[in-house]
Amino acid sequence: MMIKRNYFLPLYKVIHFYYDGFRNMSSWGKKVWVIIIIKLFIIFAVLKIFFFPDFLQKKFDTDSKRSEYVIDQLTNSPE
Amino acid sequence: MIEHIDMSLVDWSRAQFALTAIYHWIFVPLTLGLSFIVAMMETIYVRTGNEEWKRLTRFWMTLFGINFAIGVATGIILEFEFGTNWSNYSWFVGDIFGAPLAIEGILAFFLESTFVAVMFFGWNKVSKKFHLASTWLVAIGANLSALWILVANAWMQNPVGMMFNPDTARNEMINFWAVLFNPVAIDKFLHTISSGFLLASVFVMGISSWFLLKKREEWMAQRSILITAIFGLLSSLMVAFTGDSSARTIAKVQPVKFAALEAHYNGKQNAGLVAFGILKDSDKKIGDKKVKDFAFKIEIPGFLSVLTEGDKNAFVPGINDLVMGGVAEYKGLTVADKMQRGTDAKDVLNDYKRAKLVNNKEQLEFIKEYFRSKNFIEENLKYFGYAFLDLPEDAIPNVSVSFYSFHIMVILGFFFILVCTLSLILVLRGTLLKNRWFLRIVLISIPLVYIASESGWILAEMGRQPWIIQDLMPVTVAVSQISTGSVMTTFILFAILFTALLIAEVSIMIKQIKTGPKL
Repeated sequence: MMIKRNYFLPLYKVIHFYYDGFRNMSSWGKKVWVIIIIKLFIIFAVLKIFFFPDFLQKKFDTDSKRSEYVIDQLTNSPE
Repeated sequence: MIEHIDMSLVDWSRAQFALTAIYHWIFVPLTLGLSFIVAMMETIYVRTGNEEWKRLTRFWMTLFGINFAIGVATGIILEFEFGTNWSNYSWFVGDIFGAPLAIEGILAFFLESTFVAVMFFGWNKVSKKFHLASTWLVAIGANLSALWILVANAWMQNPVGMMFNPDTARNEMINFWAVLFNPVAIDKFLHTISSGFLLASVFVMGISSWFLLKKREEWMAQRSILITAIFGLLSSLMVAFTGDSSARTIAKVQPVKFAALEAHYNGKQNAGLVAFGILKDSDKKIGDKKVKDFAFKIEIPGFLSVLTEGDKNAFVPGINDLVMGGVAEYKGLTVADKMQRGTDAKDVLNDYKRAKLVNNKEQLEFIKEYFRSKNFIEENLKYFGYAFLDLPEDAIPNVSVSFYSFHIMVILGFFFILVCTLSLILVLRGTLLKNRWFLRIVLISIPLVYIASESGWILAEMGRQPWIIQDLMPVTVAVSQISTGSVMTTFILFAILFTALLIAEVSIMIKQIKTGPKL
């Protein structure tokens, strides 16, 4: 029982450190966190998914097909 | 040239990348420099135990935190753009960027993210020394993150340490140390971080000057100016020194860019450095491109020769010589020569593609070996990108943009040496408060230092056109075949997003500055 408690103590301290930090955050801190969350949502959930698919990953299934495509591009003979 | 290339797609893709990079760079240099300034201030607090220094540290740390939080992840969009808009380039680059960017990601995540939390949440919860160590680690981590990004950018300016694999159409890293210690990378890293230190110093001095003009927080403002005037002066001297070193390197590895930044068209011995100039169109042309002339210039005789070769009698080739040749003093290859060599390399790649189609294993092995031969790499493959140019003059960047961005950066650089020196003298003499005119100059230096910093990147990126990877791949080949409309849409989205972020940053910062330091 003792061993288990000692094992989790540092983890508990770290979690408490962050919890306490966020709970007592200043007003500017809260504002920038709102901005960070909105920004990350726009970047990863909107821009990345709907506007920025990886062109070669989406167009081809395998690396060899991607290579062939790029070589075609480089040698001026698109399929 | 790729037959189906749409120049408006290339232009919009470039504009989008430029917009993202310029906005991203508003946030980065302040993080690089302010992190060290805050660490120095906290060191004084820990050593003296004076609570005023703690108050001062926490104030600048707040502004650092706002900038850090708003700027975080804005660089990720650049990586999205690589995959979507510049897919041929991303593929061609291969694993070169993998190692530096992976190291950057790990460093940024573990070092910065962990210790940034201690910086902001750890006051009175961890020991003073542990807190101080965290602040220093954030500063070191932020600057080390920049190193890896700059190593990747330097590779695009001067590709080294790799071998092209015709089978995969990718470059493979064969020498990590050559990539890391690329001369362009060393110059670029030192020049960039020192310019970040200078920018942050001017930022702190400017805001402190505002407090002095308002007759508020005089103790805090004068201490802040003292520290940042010293740090800024040392940084500005380092900026000048590393800028000089960078120019010498550019003259060797990107000679057309070097000639363009001085609008130096015709090579000569005892070439002068234009300290200030105004360009105008002339009647002369290089191929189809109009040549710029000077409406007015102030020149330092012989200094360009000294700058490049350390000898005023050295011949410095101009754009005309580098592109068209025909001058006895210029012994190097012209763009026309390089176009022929690049075309030969492309023909070999075509042979490889044909051999692959018919599965001629013997031929494939032979060509693969050929791609590895030092002679072919040095004589042909090195100039692969020139095969995609239509005309030799296509290798000339926009001379006006290169010239003005370089000169704005340099003139402002010297202005900041003066500002830091005068600030230091006045604060040491205790006469800073009496010189309100000077405080106003320092305050308006804040936007000027951002202009100087952005000008440096505009020169670096516009000056190397038409290349996305110097001599290996022009932007026209690098671009993905996507619709121009979608690039325009995301351009507008980014413009709105980044402008909103900038407005948010500036308004939160102004509010905190007006509130002033608190305990």
